[in-house]
Amino acid sequence: MDIFLQQIVNGLVQGSIYALVALGYTMVYGILGLINFAHGDICMIGALTALTVAQVLASMGLPAPLVLALAALAAVAVCCGLGVSIERAAYRPLRRAPRLAPLITAIGVSVLLQYSAALVWGKQYLSMPELVKPSDIEMGGIHLTDLQAFIFLLACAVMAALLWFIRSTRAGRAMRATEQNPDVAGLMGVNVNHVIAVTFLVGSAVGAIAGMMVVLYYGIGHYFMGFMLGLKAFTAAVLGGIGNVAGAMVGGMLLGVVESLAAGYIGDLTGGVLGSNYRDIFAFLVLVLVLVFRPSGLLGERVADRT
Amino acid sequence: MSYLSKADMIHPPAVRALLAFAFALMLAGCGREAPKPSDVITVRIGAASPLTGPQAHIGIDIRNGVQLAIEDANAANPEIGGKKVKFELIAEDDEANPTKATTVAQKLVDSKVAAVVGHFNSGASIPASKIYSDAGIPQISPSSTNPKYTQQGFKTAFRVVAHDDQQGPTLGKFAIEKLKARTIAVIDDSTAYGQGLADAFEATVKAGGAKVVAREHTTDKDTDFKAILTRIRGRKPELVMFGGIDPQAGPMVKQMAELGMKAKFMGGDGMQTPNFIKLAGGAAEGVMASIPGLPKDQMPGGRSFLDRYKAKFKSEVELFAPMGYDAVMVFIDAMKRAGSTDPAKFLPEVGKTRYQGVIGPIAFDSKGDLVNGPITVYVVKGGKWEALETVTPGAAPAAAADGTKK
Repeated sequence: MDIFLQQIVNGLVQGSIYALVALGYTMVYGILGLINFAHGDICMIGALTALTVAQVLASMGLPAPLVLALAALAAVAVCCGLGVSIERAAYRPLRRAPRLAPLITAIGVSVLLQYSAALVWGKQYLSMPELVKPSDIEMGGIHLTDLQAFIFLLACAVMAALLWFIRSTRAGRAMRATEQNPDVAGLMGVNVNHVIAVTFLVGSAVGAIAGMMVVLYYGIGHYFMGFMLGLKAFTAAVLGGIGNVAGAMVGGMLLGVVESLAAGYIGDLTGGVLGSNYRDIFAFLVLVLVLVFRPSGLLGERVADRT
Repeated sequence: MSYLSKADMIHPPAVRALLAFAFALMLAGCGREAPKPSDVITVRIGAASPLTGPQAHIGIDIRNGVQLAIEDANAANPEIGGKKVKFELIAEDDEANPTKATTVAQKLVDSKVAAVVGHFNSGASIPASKIYSDAGIPQISPSSTNPKYTQQGFKTAFRVVAHDDQQGPTLGKFAIEKLKARTIAVIDDSTAYGQGLADAFEATVKAGGAKVVAREHTTDKDTDFKAILTRIRGRKPELVMFGGIDPQAGPMVKQMAELGMKAKFMGGDGMQTPNFIKLAGGAAEGVMASIPGLPKDQMPGGRSFLDRYKAKFKSEVELFAPMGYDAVMVFIDAMKRAGSTDPAKFLPEVGKTRYQGVIGPIAFDSKGDLVNGPITVYVVKGGKWEALETVTPGAAPAAAADGTKK
């Protein structure tokens, strides 16, 4: 039993990271109808920026909390600037173009970011200095570090703040209006370009935090880490209902838990025919089932196709 | 040039074909310009290893070793069969990718190399060896330890490391006899190398009477092992053995500590690197790993090699640079004895090698495997790999492993 609970805890922590990244996908999709494939790589840039800043500051002997705060700040600043400039340079000129054009551009931007990062940081695995040794929290045979608990709570807090931002602020209302119909929102006095820039800004900031959590948690980062992270997070966003902010959270957590349970029990379930390296089968099987029975995702609503 | 699978999607095949054609023309051009007015013959030596990607640090290490050997050889104004020769390095990046490895192999064959040092990964060396064999070009892998590499019947395939049927059983014997482990969990990274090593280890410990309580698999891209480790924790093993490379082994050891696991941890040469200790942090302490060959500084030519390497490349030897260096020297030695740089003439001489290299005495058996390659088990102590014990396997452990695979 404690093994089962431990697997759930593992999955929730992993899922929190997926959820944070998925928020970026889902917000941009909600507003633009664009799948921003470069988002995973923005997270990677955030992760490596945080890692480098932490390495430099830690070697200067600054106290750990200050190092972490500055690293987070640097990562957020770099990613916000990057996200907004990518939108301005790569996506805005294509906003009226057929859907395929911005999608392919997004893939191009993703490759561009990967190889730029490879030039800056090299292609090796980089290791994050161990600033604070995570302390162990044990409850009834379940092991949890304070870092894991922090990642989970942070994801919940970011999520709650975003929901509040979208539902209750003026900028949030402008976002919702733009989501429904950019042209009409523009006629009503909403600065659509501004709203879209804010969406990329917020999404990238959350992505930077997610990236930093990854290097903190696993202790390693490299230029290609954004690819798989982005793919899983995109799956999570689709699972929860792409375009729906709460859905990204639910999808992320669910994907994390399903993966964890699959890896833990797939061997027993199949009598040893399939090993734990086949865990992705289960994750994507869930995705296929959701798409067959609820094509718009778990929390997604049916929307008329906007062309 | 490095195309990843994702990048492939955006290059239409026609464009790539055109690029390849243009590149081929360039190469052909280079070939024609090569003969110089003097009577110095240029002999090309190919080096193939991953120069980009997660394993780039190990691949670059091999290339550096080869480069050092070629520079040393040229500095001695070598003569072969009475003619002055100059060696030239052609280094290629196989990205640790079996498909790319065959492309690279063909490219090396087309650029008329006399011999090839490579590849790093067993998964790359095995498919590439067919191409070298067809072209009659001798190949020495500095590091591929999967037994299959030399079991395909190719006369051109050699290696200067002990293979997994020797390394796996040595680790297994060590686990049973020295660590007295009775319950063991085995993990591999689903690659030819990792799985081969883990299989050989598993067979030996089972034959030795230990119980394998869990056999798990991951991939060589993963960084999260919490799920499989949690499962293993439930089986309470005394020892966890991992067949794989340092980018996985580092986080794995860290996550074991986070899950409160007290089991000992050991693995093969893929994780016996300085990088592993960096990645695993404090959790690396007490981890054991074997590596074919003698300890770096106990190699007959070790100390001076390490110093020269550091002076030239401004970094420590990662793993296989000495093997890459010796591989080149074995080729040149064979060319000298044959009095020819023609692969068809000096290939038979490679098999008859009796060479004293940086790594120790080098001789090959009939399959092309290193004879009596020693294996050393290391342990992390105070943040450094320290040699624990050196074992010379001989034939016995391999036979024990075969006997239990029913």
